[in-house]
Amino acid sequence: MTQTSFPKDVISCIEGKCIALPGDDIDTDRIIPARFLKCVNFKDLGKQVFADDRSELKGTHPFDLKINNNASILVVNENFGCGSSREHAPQALMRWGIRAIVGQSFAEIFYGNCLSLGIPCATSSPNEINSLQKSINKKNQQNWKLDLRSQIINSSIGAWKLYIEDGPLEMLLTGKWDATSQLKSNEYELDRVQNSLPYLNKFHIN
Amino acid sequence: MSSGTLYDKVWDLHRVGNLPGGTTQLFVGLHLIHEVTSPQAFSALEDKGMGVRCPDRTVATVDHIVPTTNQIRPFSDPLAEEMLSTLERNCAFHGINLFGIGSGHQGIVHVIAPELGLTQPGMTIACGDSHTSTHGAFGAIAFGIGTSQVRDVLASQSLAMNKLKVRRIWVDGQLSQGVYAKDLILHVIRTLGVKGGVGYAYEFAGPGIDALSMEERMTICNMAIEGGARCGYINPDSTTFEYLKARKYSPQVEEWDRAVTWWRSLSSNENAIFDDEVYFDSSAIAPTVTWGITPGQGVAINESIPYPESLEKGERLIAQEASNYMNLKPGTPISGIPVDVCFIGSCTNGRLSDLQAAAAVAKGRHVAKGIKAFVVPGSEKVAKAAVQQGLDDLFTKAGFEWRQPGCSMCLAMNPDKLEGNQISASSSNRNFKGRQGSANGRTLLMSPAMVAAAAIAGEVTDVRHMLTQKNS
Repeated sequence: MTQTSFPKDVISCIEGKCIALPGDDIDTDRIIPARFLKCVNFKDLGKQVFADDRSELKGTHPFDLKINNNASILVVNENFGCGSSREHAPQALMRWGIRAIVGQSFAEIFYGNCLSLGIPCATSSPNEINSLQKSINKKNQQNWKLDLRSQIINSSIGAWKLYIEDGPLEMLLTGKWDATSQLKSNEYELDRVQNSLPYLNKFHIN
Repeated sequence: MSSGTLYDKVWDLHRVGNLPGGTTQLFVGLHLIHEVTSPQAFSALEDKGMGVRCPDRTVATVDHIVPTTNQIRPFSDPLAEEMLSTLERNCAFHGINLFGIGSGHQGIVHVIAPELGLTQPGMTIACGDSHTSTHGAFGAIAFGIGTSQVRDVLASQSLAMNKLKVRRIWVDGQLSQGVYAKDLILHVIRTLGVKGGVGYAYEFAGPGIDALSMEERMTICNMAIEGGARCGYINPDSTTFEYLKARKYSPQVEEWDRAVTWWRSLSSNENAIFDDEVYFDSSAIAPTVTWGITPGQGVAINESIPYPESLEKGERLIAQEASNYMNLKPGTPISGIPVDVCFIGSCTNGRLSDLQAAAAVAKGRHVAKGIKAFVVPGSEKVAKAAVQQGLDDLFTKAGFEWRQPGCSMCLAMNPDKLEGNQISASSSNRNFKGRQGSANGRTLLMSPAMVAAAAIAGEVTDVRHMLTQKNS
């Protein structure tokens, strides 16, 4: 597990080792089994990430391989993070050390949860992801760099073009991915909408 | 881009403005919270020195961690007790209404909000639980959110969201006897895939949907998320209004006519434009059972577990993984697979009509030897109504355990769990690896009536045969 601090402010570049985790439809129950959700804070979740998958593979799961220690960029396949909305899943990955995820596609709620933690999710085609995963596994001590502006991940082995949605990209690059204060700053507009909703106003239509 | 759909109308009504990056700030009309995904959100709020903007639009209950055999406080699991007492403290401090154990209204959050009349057409509803899509059955736009977003809604009663595309799922025909809403949605997910709905809201429409009761509609929308769609909805109609009449938080008598007029105006226009449309025929659907590790891996009761090579290329790898995990050989008929545990309950199928459907099968029969079978009502209100009808007795006599309300073995954050590689027939919504509390436990999803049939036969079986036997 890395000791670097959690994401904050502007996020434009993630550097570090990559970890490849092959498989489609990896759901959030697998990322963090429900029994670990019995907690009132997230702090111990890093240790428990993929707990059942790891015990099934007896030390050969990518998250248990020594060569993957301190990895910060996770490379996955299709529909990663499907199922339960538990933010405990990206929290567990983040606390293990993950700071960015690259994959073929992501489940919607998981994607939003990552964004609200400042973890970019970038996508690419199945062929590109497979070739990226192969390169990582061939030379996994490489230092990789994911640059958000150019949307490229590269190392001395080569470079892969990625795609990050415009909205999330702008939020990350401007440091405005932590939405709370922005949402609160629109107080006047919030009141306007609240006062216009029939079901909050005895069904009188303005 | 869609236009004139219920989704578009509700979205526009709740749009607060644009946020950096082009996302929309969306007002949340009803925020439901529970013990698992809210404690960290409240802590974050306190760290930021913020309060709850609309405590009167925030409603809490406790469901995931509650035991279903003994609900006396303090719970024997200290972690569960800590989670509930944290929720109680947070709700008391912020002035939020909490429907706790013994209140008469406690239960699974997606069961109690509709039965209290909190869930209404035209609302935006958010909750830190992916099955929030359930509330779309009323013509609300309802979606699951993560804990950081729970914090955002507590602080601002709004969310940063991207607008979804809308796919209309048109259903013709009617379900035949012994085939239920659960079979319909399992069939839809099997056909469109577990990621087919990513980026979409699903509008379920057509005569096959109009014919469904509100509880059946909730089963359909509940599992939209299992098809990848963050929200599913059904246009409100007289069935919806009839259900809502005279519930605790439904519009008052003097508001009722105005409410109905407004609700009617929200339905998708006849000339609405959808981003995509697909068609199904209810009458062609058979009881459906999952055999694998995603809710899309289902087969009709007369079918066999597929050979991975017979599937589309993209499905083969996960089918192989499922076949290994489930230890079920391709080519094996789904009917006849022995089960160990039978679970009736959950936010998908823990309502009164679900228990009635299962009871109709269990009546006068008995659970097979060696099978553990239990029934968990979705709420205190469901439990009370079931007891009034004598269903608790009927189930107990048939060898089922009758439990107290909660999420139970749907996700096993409580004492109800599979052990070892036990295989369950379950009326819940997810068959993911390890989902039901054992790292190698196995889940077969099906309708509550099919679960009852499996309990009696000791193996997966076609409930239609049991219903015919009874009728003859």
